Amino acid sequence: MIKDEDILNIEEPVLSAAERLYIPQILGGLKITIGHLAKSLTKSTVTIQYPEEKLEVRKEVYRGVHRLNRDENGRVACVACFMCSTACPADCIHIEAGDSPWDDREKYPIKFDLDELRCIFCGMCEEACPVDAIELTHEYDLVGRTREQMILDKEELLAIYDRTVQDKPRKNPRITGYAGTGNRPSAAPKTDGPEAS
Amino acid sequence: MADTVVEPAIEKGLEPERREQGDVRTEEMLVNMGPQHPSTHGVLRVVLRTDGELVLDAIPHIGYLHRCAEKIGESLPPYQYIPYTDRMDYLAGMNNNQAFAIAVERLCGIEVPPRAQAIRVIFSEFNRIASHLVALGTYGLDMGAFTPFLYAFREREMILDLFEAACGARLTYSYPTVGGVRSDLPDGWVERCLEFLEYFEPKIDDYNNLLSFNHIFVKRASNVGVISREDAIAFGLTGPILRASGVRWDLRKVQPYDGYEKYDFDVPIGEPGGVGDTPRGVVVGDCWNRYFVRVLEMIQSIRIMRQALAELPDGDIMAKKVKNLKLPVGEVYVEVENPRGQLGFYVLGDGSAIPARVKARGPSFCNLSIIRHVARDVLLADVPAIIGSFDVVMGEVDR
Repeated sequence: MIKDEDILNIEEPVLSAAERLYIPQILGGLKITIGHLAKSLTKSTVTIQYPEEKLEVRKEVYRGVHRLNRDENGRVACVACFMCSTACPADCIHIEAGDSPWDDREKYPIKFDLDELRCIFCGMCEEACPVDAIELTHEYDLVGRTREQMILDKEELLAIYDRTVQDKPRKNPRITGYAGTGNRPSAAPKTDGPEAS
Repeated sequence: MADTVVEPAIEKGLEPERREQGDVRTEEMLVNMGPQHPSTHGVLRVVLRTDGELVLDAIPHIGYLHRCAEKIGESLPPYQYIPYTDRMDYLAGMNNNQAFAIAVERLCGIEVPPRAQAIRVIFSEFNRIASHLVALGTYGLDMGAFTPFLYAFREREMILDLFEAACGARLTYSYPTVGGVRSDLPDGWVERCLEFLEYFEPKIDDYNNLLSFNHIFVKRASNVGVISREDAIAFGLTGPILRASGVRWDLRKVQPYDGYEKYDFDVPIGEPGGVGDTPRGVVVGDCWNRYFVRVLEMIQSIRIMRQALAELPDGDIMAKKVKNLKLPVGEVYVEVENPRGQLGFYVLGDGSAIPARVKARGPSFCNLSIIRHVARDVLLADVPAIIGSFDVVMGEVDR
């Protein structure tokens, strides 16, 4: 139970005539906003006119839509090691691996589907990739009419690479496949494989 | 929909008098506020039992944003769960990441390098500023002041730009992680950050002149929704709400983590009207104090950031041996000071890489529990003022 002496009676402050009018308060607020208005008339505005103007993002680190990198011969750099799909917290990467038609690696992705609707853009696939084949780009406007359209397949991811490689070069172009490590048993060269995929 | 929510536990003490005034019998009405109400800050539904303009009872209904965040934690290794903690309190992602990371580090006995600790402190304080900017901007919006909201968001946008430069995301950072932080600061970031603090500090006076000490706002928020010291402790309130009620309790002071003991800062608490800058008519524990403690905390965050940026140590940003982490058998419960209060993570390890149990104690959830006690016998127009001053984030209430 609250004792009587614990109860603190609060008296309404007596307002002066100026305070009761509230007009000085409104003018005081307006003074600040008009000051800001005057500043913004002389300086550039804070907002941008999207989509005519686009926000500049820091291209090296921005975590936007993914891309699949090509190596120096224009082939897909991915070696289908499943590291990205294992590291993915949202389970949005689905890879189907097949024997590589090229000499310098064992496997390559026959299918590489990335569900951009499931993706949470955490960038862990990029961290996990041993050959820097999957990267997140600076593209942040991703649209599609259906859910199916938002599942990007290998060709679409490579197309994003072609589109963005000018602005964001591949992080480590030297690493492609396992060639150069010396550990890989040499496989018989295949001749019927496609040149580029 | 409204007829299903009458609860028998409502105390009936004052009702008969109120219902019959003279020969006029007033009738109660149930009003649903939310879940799509702009001033409930998310999908909070509050059922108001009203008698004319008077609110007799306010019953919060939650659960619209439940996403099984704790259950997800029991099916993923800790480093993969970090992005999910972002989505709990989405206005303070850095603090959430930090809380979960510290919990796992304590469980596994991981030593975090000093540079990583300092970077974490910088970012969590930075995120506190960003979160409080949203809080004060939207609180002004609730009270009918549109302009401070735009200014607050303009400054927050600059903070987000700096976050983006460091970690590549503007809202869901996943930047502090188990063992440290995910990447080092880019070149020139420290200078840009100091530049921003230089720009930002005078802006706080702007907010004060525009909103905090504006008589119209003070009249609207002072002496409304007063929470006494005892009630605040009894209901388990934490964060600015507790401090506004006059309790000097801040986990960064009383139980430092990530090297907070190295920094010099004050813990602001609510002041009665007439003391210092506090306008007349303000009471300890009212909406105005809850709002103003946040403003004062931003100043303290700037102080901490300046100190941390000045003596940023060199060295690693990640602890060694955090790859393929196996959680030892044991449990840990860690609380850190979020912008909204104490955010706790309980992690139970069973020897595998995946925790057997993850539990989050959200500050907004606990702070919301007092709403029924406070928003009683108040005017209808005061309910948004009270809810807004709690600054709840529904993503964390429902998790």
